[in-house]
Amino acid sequence: MEFGPIFRAMLKAKAGYILIALQIAVTMTIMVNAVAIMQEQNDAIARDSGMDEANTFALSSASFEPDADMRSLVEEDLDSIRNLPGVHSAVASNSYPLRQGGWSEGVQIEPGANSTESVGSAIYFVDEHGVDAFGATVIDGKNFAPNQVSFKDPESNTWPAYAIITEALAKELFPDATDSAVGKTLYLGDDDPVNIVGVIDRLQAPWQSWTGVERSLLIPQRRLGTYQTYIVRTEPGYRDSLMPQVEEMLSTSNKGRIVRNVTTMDQVRKLAYLDESALVKMLTFIVSLLVVITGLGIVGLASFNVSRRTRQIGIRRALGATRFAIMRYFMVENFIVSSVGIAVGAILAVVLNIALVDAFSLQPLSWYVIPIAMLALWLVGQIAVAGPARRASRITPAIATRSS
Amino acid sequence: MFRYYLRLGLLSIRANPALSALMVAAIAIGIGACMTIVNVRHVMSDNPISHKNDVLFHVQVDNWSPDEPYEDPNEPPEQLTYLDAKALHDAARAYRQVVSFKSDRVVQPDAEDARPFQESVRATTADFFSMFDVPFAFGSGWDKSSDVSEERVAVLSASINEELFGGKDSVGELLRMNDETYQVVGVLAPWTPVPKFYDVNNNPFEEPERIFLPFSLAVSGEFGSNGNTSCWKTPSEGGYEGFLASECIWMQMWVELRNEAERQDYAQFLDAYVNEQKLLGRFPRELNNRLSTPAQWLENRDVVDDNVNMLLSLAVLFLVVCLLNTIGLLLAKVMRRTNDISLRRALGASQSALFSQYIIEAGLIGMAGGVLGIGLTWLGLQGIENIYAEYEFIKNLLRMDWSMIFVAVALAIVSALGAALYPTWRACSISPAATLRIQ
Repeated sequence: MEFGPIFRAMLKAKAGYILIALQIAVTMTIMVNAVAIMQEQNDAIARDSGMDEANTFALSSASFEPDADMRSLVEEDLDSIRNLPGVHSAVASNSYPLRQGGWSEGVQIEPGANSTESVGSAIYFVDEHGVDAFGATVIDGKNFAPNQVSFKDPESNTWPAYAIITEALAKELFPDATDSAVGKTLYLGDDDPVNIVGVIDRLQAPWQSWTGVERSLLIPQRRLGTYQTYIVRTEPGYRDSLMPQVEEMLSTSNKGRIVRNVTTMDQVRKLAYLDESALVKMLTFIVSLLVVITGLGIVGLASFNVSRRTRQIGIRRALGATRFAIMRYFMVENFIVSSVGIAVGAILAVVLNIALVDAFSLQPLSWYVIPIAMLALWLVGQIAVAGPARRASRITPAIATRSS
Repeated sequence: MFRYYLRLGLLSIRANPALSALMVAAIAIGIGACMTIVNVRHVMSDNPISHKNDVLFHVQVDNWSPDEPYEDPNEPPEQLTYLDAKALHDAARAYRQVVSFKSDRVVQPDAEDARPFQESVRATTADFFSMFDVPFAFGSGWDKSSDVSEERVAVLSASINEELFGGKDSVGELLRMNDETYQVVGVLAPWTPVPKFYDVNNNPFEEPERIFLPFSLAVSGEFGSNGNTSCWKTPSEGGYEGFLASECIWMQMWVELRNEAERQDYAQFLDAYVNEQKLLGRFPRELNNRLSTPAQWLENRDVVDDNVNMLLSLAVLFLVVCLLNTIGLLLAKVMRRTNDISLRRALGASQSALFSQYIIEAGLIGMAGGVLGIGLTWLGLQGIENIYAEYEFIKNLLRMDWSMIFVAVALAIVSALGAALYPTWRACSISPAATLRIQ
């Protein structure tokens, strides 16, 4: 192929080509880094909360009468919810994954205020239905027995004697243990001993952006505050019909409270990852726009080159060049410009990525993004130049005979 | 001459409609993307109380654990315990002092068919309204005596007054919350500081609470905190009393100090207070009190999201791409006109005359791009509003003010002129004889 002559011809009018190459380089820089950012956000969004999200909804009840009997109210509510057809299980808890508000507590494996490092963990207060309602699976040990569930005495501040922990928390607490965590003792509130009765596979903390998001601890205790949150897991297909039914049932059964925050886990997830998905959408938009602009720039410059060289093209055609050869000329020209731009772009992309990682503690980009972006930009360049190149190939040899 | 060049510029723009449109579009899109993000950042980094920035101070004292700082490297907690908030407020050593926390109440409207609803409320002290220049439509804040007497009074925001009382002057009306009756003493004019500088610990971009109640009343009524609460050790007693006496932080405090002397006095007072508490066995860490101006405090709390800064850096690069595009296209245009230019030079046009002509043409394109860019910025903001549709308060974040419109146009013209420099220089350096020879 005629790389040499084309390249030498390009050197005659460097500026325009350098500009396009630079534009491709910066486009590549933005593209690669935008994709790296999007990947990180998508990875976060894709994490499993541990719940049966598709079939679960939550709602809260706030009692405002001064002397509400919370103990019997919660029992009645749970009984009536659990007896509805289509309900798989239900529990009253203080929070749930992705809710962004909850209770965290330092957990330690030795008693005493200053004895050991404590590990932060989310606390969920539940009863024996908690594991099931949260969609978790006991992988070691047992679920709570009904007689292990206690009622919180408002004047006491000691912790109950039993807990179920997530596998991630077990690994954090006992990093070197080869035996089971079940039966071991941990300490809450400095020195209240708590016996681990079971380990569940997975249940995220309510704060999805917290580094310890996989560390949760279930406590078999019913807390009788005026604000109660119910988590209802339904049989597949029942969620949407049960949600208004449960809301109506609770609102009418007791006039001294309001039922609020009735929400499916799908909505909760959407809200929790609103920023992440917004960033992904914005970056997608920016990158697509960018590719369009760069493409149009290539079209503009190529069209200009075609019209400027009309006469030469006519001469080449008259001398026997095929239409394909003319077309190939512009394609090769673009290929050379793109290659320079992409090579510079790859370096700039890595430089910017290092800067972004440094400034915003972003994950470093995956290596394969660069070759994919290279291929994509090569393709964009070839598609963009195809139109003007076809127009060039249609120039008739007769043009050459005309004087300008 | 200027008008002549202007006409030439317009003619030239019209002569190549596709190329000109592409240039205008490239600048407009670059400006639009950049300004959308700049605008979001501008609103997020705003300081709504900047006119009192040198007299207001956010108060921090370090009651945290002896083993580890609240935040690395050695940041004091961002909020106060009840013990400290109460003591510092009651000492009244500043010109004005405000303590507050976020809570909630169930509002029970009078109307027969109206359902009760839960509402975020702010429990605060009398100085809140004067200190933060909160505008009143009717009535006023409560008297300082109500801070002590635990009178059941309330100040309503404009929007909740509209919902509950149809927007009329409701001063003196009664309001039921959690089966208790409050008297309305004031109604605010619309007031939406963005960010919510007085409490950035609980989502700085949410709407201010719509009901304000006396702090002492909320505490004696055992109102829980509806904001962030952090404890480094478990309260030693149970119940609300135990919580009040604990080292848990959940309150915000601001003071107004009118000059440097008052500021120094107050700093000394804080040190003395903490040292006194140390004798009682509290404050195990070294003295680490902090008085921050609103600007410092917003900066310290990183109110501007990292994502926005990251987007901004990409958007600036985006504008660079659009400008490179414009430079390339302008250059193409100049090269296409080589013959004209040579001819004009041969007929006696000076380089400076050509320079003015092409710069004016580029300025026109820049201006068109800027105006279109403002339109695109508006569209961009609408797009963001759409993405964040679940988040109601977003509208307050996405306003566009005159300063931003000015910045957009200026940025567009500067960009276009900057982009035009190289092609114009090339045009000017075309020699008169260069192409005439060939003809």
